[in-house]
Amino acid sequence: MSRATLVFAILLLFAMPLSLLAGRVWIDPAVTPNAALILGELRLPRAVLAIVVGAGLGASGAAMQGYLRNPLADPGLFGIAPGAALGAVTALFFGYAASPYLLPLFALVGAGGAMALLAAIAGRTGGIALFTLAGLMIASLAGALTAFAISMAPNAFAMSEIVLWLNGALTDRSWREVGIAAPLVLFGIAILWRAGKALDALTLGDAAARSLGVDTGRLLWLLVIGIGLTVGAGVAVAGIIGFVGLIVPHLVRPLTDSRPSQLILPSALAGALLVLVADSVVRILPLVTELRLGIALSLLGAPFFLWLLLRMRRGLA
Amino acid sequence: MTLEAKGLTLGTRLDGVSAKLTPGSITAICGPNGAGKSSLLECLAGLLSPTSGTAALDGQDVLDLTPRHRAHRIGYLPQQPEIAWDVPVRNLIELGRFPHGDRKQEPVDAAIRALDLNAFQTRRAQSLSGGETARVLLARVLAGEPDWILADEPLAALDLSHQLILIGHLRRVANAGAGVVIVLHDLAMARNHADHVLLLDRGRIAQNGPPEAALSEEAIGAVFGVSCEWIGEPGRWALSTFPN
Repeated sequence: MSRATLVFAILLLFAMPLSLLAGRVWIDPAVTPNAALILGELRLPRAVLAIVVGAGLGASGAAMQGYLRNPLADPGLFGIAPGAALGAVTALFFGYAASPYLLPLFALVGAGGAMALLAAIAGRTGGIALFTLAGLMIASLAGALTAFAISMAPNAFAMSEIVLWLNGALTDRSWREVGIAAPLVLFGIAILWRAGKALDALTLGDAAARSLGVDTGRLLWLLVIGIGLTVGAGVAVAGIIGFVGLIVPHLVRPLTDSRPSQLILPSALAGALLVLVADSVVRILPLVTELRLGIALSLLGAPFFLWLLLRMRRGLA
Repeated sequence: MTLEAKGLTLGTRLDGVSAKLTPGSITAICGPNGAGKSSLLECLAGLLSPTSGTAALDGQDVLDLTPRHRAHRIGYLPQQPEIAWDVPVRNLIELGRFPHGDRKQEPVDAAIRALDLNAFQTRRAQSLSGGETARVLLARVLAGEPDWILADEPLAALDLSHQLILIGHLRRVANAGAGVVIVLHDLAMARNHADHVLLLDRGRIAQNGPPEAALSEEAIGAVFGVSCEWIGEPGRWALSTFPN
């Protein structure tokens, strides 16, 4: 086990019980009435879901930065998260959200649609620039259609439901969402992990990697499917939670030898830790209504992104 | 162990290029800008699909080999050195074992010794100078123990002393039995250090033979459109050029 994996696994083990006890009401298992029920049915599934969603976002961020050979890359660049969000918004727009499985299903279909569109536009050539631009186009299109859905919302309730959902949160999630997201995210992380060695070879550039026997077309598909599963499943159960994939590899990289393959598993653990801690913090903040997790992480992520840009400008990144 | 271009045509870049390359020697591909040097090298490496014709390794089309099998046999060094992450030098050189899918350390150690990189093993990639980077990237190719090494302008970014050091390393590799094919802009380098020269002109082979014949003053004049004169003695030729 690498040093980074060990460090983040230990931190996660410490954070987990704290997160279970933390909240507007701090739980003392010996004193709080119905503690077992609150822990087992509310806090634990929420914590597990935070770990699942964060792990997927962290691993996909590491893979994405490795693939694009750019420390500013984020899984959002593939347009898969906005695609998934559009699917979920469609379900909310038509009032299907009352059915427990329809919203995640629509989100997964949206993620799949974005992946298919990416493949149709840029799949054969496998060129990184074309792929990124196609991803940005899909993100813009999905964003425009989402905005259209909001503006055409049948009633104020649907509109506020859509807007709230887009902000991303783990409030009131149950084991059902864990059951939907966990297998998909785990499968996605396994696929990204398998792509690790090829991402290492890509460190030398596209031509050198191909000359080393990397099938760049296959690698691209591994990434699209891996990121589609991790990000799509995350959005399906938690809405849009940005910046995790951007931030986490930067926390992990100093503890590794910087090879992309060495970043994927520790980034999954660090992503899990970041989302778990952030979700605990939004629960204990003394605000009238709970700060949405997606907003909290964006408030954290945007200055981090700016700091990275300034650091790169100074030529230190 | 043969590598051969058979009527390679690639759009307007290559026009029916045929040439047999010789293992255990250095072949220089020379020619003016846009003559198709890099395209020919990439076709031979199986990285570009020609419009027609084939690049054949032991008689088999390189594009019919699996990417890994091809990579076992042919090592390729691109023109632009690129190292995206600040990886330790040894890990970079170990990437040469990627086609084999093993973690054998002997070939990596041998490549490190061959290029005098012992002191660099624990250094990080981004702390290397241009000359050191070129050596590390060549060591990466050697670690894969390929039969053929195809390098696109490996001397382009190096100062004079590092050029001589690197060509010396390539000579030792060729003497050990591998086929070395390099794109060279510096005709004096090609004349002094290559065993064979392919002189390309607008996608076609203008000359193919030993350097003194392929890079004769007449041949250079015809292809580059300049007058020139070789000055010096065998192994120490310099090229003086002047407008026609």
